[in-house]
Amino acid sequence: MEAINQMFGNTADVLFYVFAALTLLCGVLVIANPFSRNPVTSAMFLVLTIISMAGLFVLLHAFFLAAVQILVYAGAVIVLFLFVIMLLDLKAEERRKIKFFGVAAGFISVGAILAIFLKNLHRTPLNESSSPTIEGNTEPLGHLLFSNYVLPFEVVSVLLLVAMIGVILLSKKKLD
Amino acid sequence: MHVGLEHYLTVSFLLFALGLLGVIMRRNLIVIYMSLELMLNAANLALVAFSRFNNKLDGQVLVFFIITVAAAEVSVGLALIVALYRRRQSAHVEDLTSMKL
Repeated sequence: MEAINQMFGNTADVLFYVFAALTLLCGVLVIANPFSRNPVTSAMFLVLTIISMAGLFVLLHAFFLAAVQILVYAGAVIVLFLFVIMLLDLKAEERRKIKFFGVAAGFISVGAILAIFLKNLHRTPLNESSSPTIEGNTEPLGHLLFSNYVLPFEVVSVLLLVAMIGVILLSKKKLD
Repeated sequence: MHVGLEHYLTVSFLLFALGLLGVIMRRNLIVIYMSLELMLNAANLALVAFSRFNNKLDGQVLVFFIITVAAAEVSVGLALIVALYRRRQSAHVEDLTSMKL
């Protein structure tokens, strides 16, 4: 039994590295694809990023969120992106040059922020529990959502209604 | 080496940095939006990892709300981009410098 647990632990570790590498690689290809500047390619790699991130969620025992991630992001948000890309017909946008100054400024600022993050990560005591036992199943999450977080839940539903009305208004042909 | 909170946070930071780089570097509005999604996802990953390693479920509820708000934000933002494209025939940030429509 101990050996099986050990083996499963090792598998989970290997899977973490696989999914993390996949997430970061596809993330790089979303923002800077050397072969294609087409936004459709970026959207497709965003799907891959999101699916491998759902794998990371499963490794963190957040099963409900992994399902929601795939349903909402890969299922709805990306479809919305693809529809808008098709609607805008961005063919002419592909052949613009990336400005050197923008790239340099981006790398410098992002490198600085990343350095601050990683330095603080090693300095901060994280007090993580040695054996995490929490399970992100649907049932405990639903209990929490409908007991402690009822008010935010209702507010979010109002927010979705506002977003829906706003989108209908914005996408009308005549804005008046 | 055992995978702990540190590893997940490192992945989350790297993903956030990638999203930020995309927002600064790219000039296409839609790709900038995708980079914003990457940054939101990085925050989600950090929250889920904290929730797991602190044995509290609250972080996951927060991620649930973030996903909902992100979906609403994407729909409104893309509608704005479509409305802007109808006026200006461009989804390129360098063409959108004046404040008047």
